Amino acid sequence: MNTNMKTPLPVTVLQYLALGGFLLFLGFPVLWIVSASFKSSAELNSLSANLIPNEWVFTNFTTALERQNLLTSAGNSFLVAVSTMVIAVIVTLPMSYALARLRGKLRAAGTVWILATQVFPQILIIIPLFLVLRTLMLNDTLLGLILVYVTFTLPFTLWMMQGYVAAVPRELEDAGSMDGASRFKVLVHIVFPLLRPGLMATAMFTFVSAWNEFFLALVLLQSPELFTLPITLRAFLGAEGQTQLGPLAAGAVLATIPSLIVFSFLQKKLTGGMLAGAVKG
Amino acid sequence: MSAPAPALAPPSGGSPRRKAGLGPRQKAERREAIALVIPALLPIIVFSMIPLLAGVYLGFTNATLARNAEIEFTGFDNFVQLAGDEQFWDSFGIGLVWAGSVAALTGISAIALALLLNSKLRFKSLTRIIVLIPWAMPPVVTGILWRMIYDVNSGPLNAALSWFGIDKVNWLGDFSTALPAVIVVGIWSGLPQTTVLLLAGMQSIPGELHEAAALDGANAARRFWHVTLPGLAPVLIAITSIDFIWNFNDFGIVYVLTEGGPGGQTMIPPLFTYLEAFRNREIGYASAMGDVLVLAILLILSIYLVNQFRQNKEGR
Repeated sequence: MNTNMKTPLPVTVLQYLALGGFLLFLGFPVLWIVSASFKSSAELNSLSANLIPNEWVFTNFTTALERQNLLTSAGNSFLVAVSTMVIAVIVTLPMSYALARLRGKLRAAGTVWILATQVFPQILIIIPLFLVLRTLMLNDTLLGLILVYVTFTLPFTLWMMQGYVAAVPRELEDAGSMDGASRFKVLVHIVFPLLRPGLMATAMFTFVSAWNEFFLALVLLQSPELFTLPITLRAFLGAEGQTQLGPLAAGAVLATIPSLIVFSFLQKKLTGGMLAGAVKG
Repeated sequence: MSAPAPALAPPSGGSPRRKAGLGPRQKAERREAIALVIPALLPIIVFSMIPLLAGVYLGFTNATLARNAEIEFTGFDNFVQLAGDEQFWDSFGIGLVWAGSVAALTGISAIALALLLNSKLRFKSLTRIIVLIPWAMPPVVTGILWRMIYDVNSGPLNAALSWFGIDKVNWLGDFSTALPAVIVVGIWSGLPQTTVLLLAGMQSIPGELHEAAALDGANAARRFWHVTLPGLAPVLIAITSIDFIWNFNDFGIVYVLTEGGPGGQTMIPPLFTYLEAFRNREIGYASAMGDVLVLAILLILSIYLVNQFRQNKEGR
């Protein structure tokens, strides 16, 4: 783009200053919490803005993992995130096909519902949701939370997946059915394999959503042994002055790693999916 | 969303629709469609649609969290009470300021950052990596991390200010700084996603448009104003409005940062509603608040949609 244009020097300087400002704003807080996770408690409580710890301490991580049932919560979070991912994919795949291929009332209703879920505050849904789960005897269970997570990620996964389905040429399906294969066979052997990349992106997105989610878990889980990682981390904060900053920072760093790994794989696909939805949706 | 009336349909437009007497083929297709849709539709109905409708209804009742209390329909009682509830309307105003500032400032900063990332500067891959981290971070971790940054005694922000001889500020605990401090965190966590989307949008604008404008002698500012911004507008508007709605409806970050304090300075409506429902156990009253919030969002949205519609009509 504009290859023959020369940018004047002051503009370049300003651009680098602006870029530096953004880097500082976005990056410094992250560096700070990572550095805090390696600092001794004495250093953490002193008023010093050292980004590099005077003395590197690793006990924060062991303290966090040992004492504050962080490991149990991480296990819960992992179980919930993986189950949500698997169920969401199984459920999204056929419906996204229907949304993309079967035009008409179904599609219109689906679109309206997807929009509605974005407009309604979760707080309005959570109260009766709590009552529904109580009726189904699923309140304060991980299964209940998983089913709720599956439902709440559906608007986005359906939106994303139907875009991928629409990209599969119809002629491929027609060729299949000409050869006498049933619709089901055509789907399983021709359409679904082509959707694998989109499916991977969708699966990873649901994993991260479930791993990071805070509010629904906060309201729906009461037993401490069922708490997911965000809830336990929030409980770390505790009363003013009692907070152990080191283990808290260590726990926060550990909680970010899984979604960061998934996200680095996912970033491009997620952008494409969201953009297609925002512009064409 | 209704289908065009038969009389208006083009004469050769597909096969005529028959209302009665579906053939065996249509019947089979209908069965297939149902089979495809049921696995997703079932959880949607049970965990989303029923709770949604029930939530709207509960606003017209005296429901509480007590197990055996009978739920009675009380008409508009809750709404009459709500009309005089100053605390709620205060929080409503705070919510508008919070969501509005975050959406607007995120949009503006994201344009700037996306432009920088789309230019010929160095360090772009480093920036891209850094942009990824806040995006992937669980909201709770974002809250914890910024509480550490803002901490009066051990936070780096006050330490840095002390180099310039500025006194300690209790960022999240002071009446005048709490809301701006929370807004900054909102921008921090939303900026990456908006930037990445805008960047993708920018890259989909054909380069020839820029070259043509440059040949016509347009400088960088004019090219931005006349080529980049119009090309970006649909994406920008869509993202900013979704950002506004999300922030208006969500309270995770604010809850972790301040729990609505100090003295209600950051008490945004969903947080206020949450506390009313689960601390004061007044489900009916809390649901009425939720109903009002939905109405407000729909109102804002419809004004926006009508505007869009008008612009489309005038523009083309």
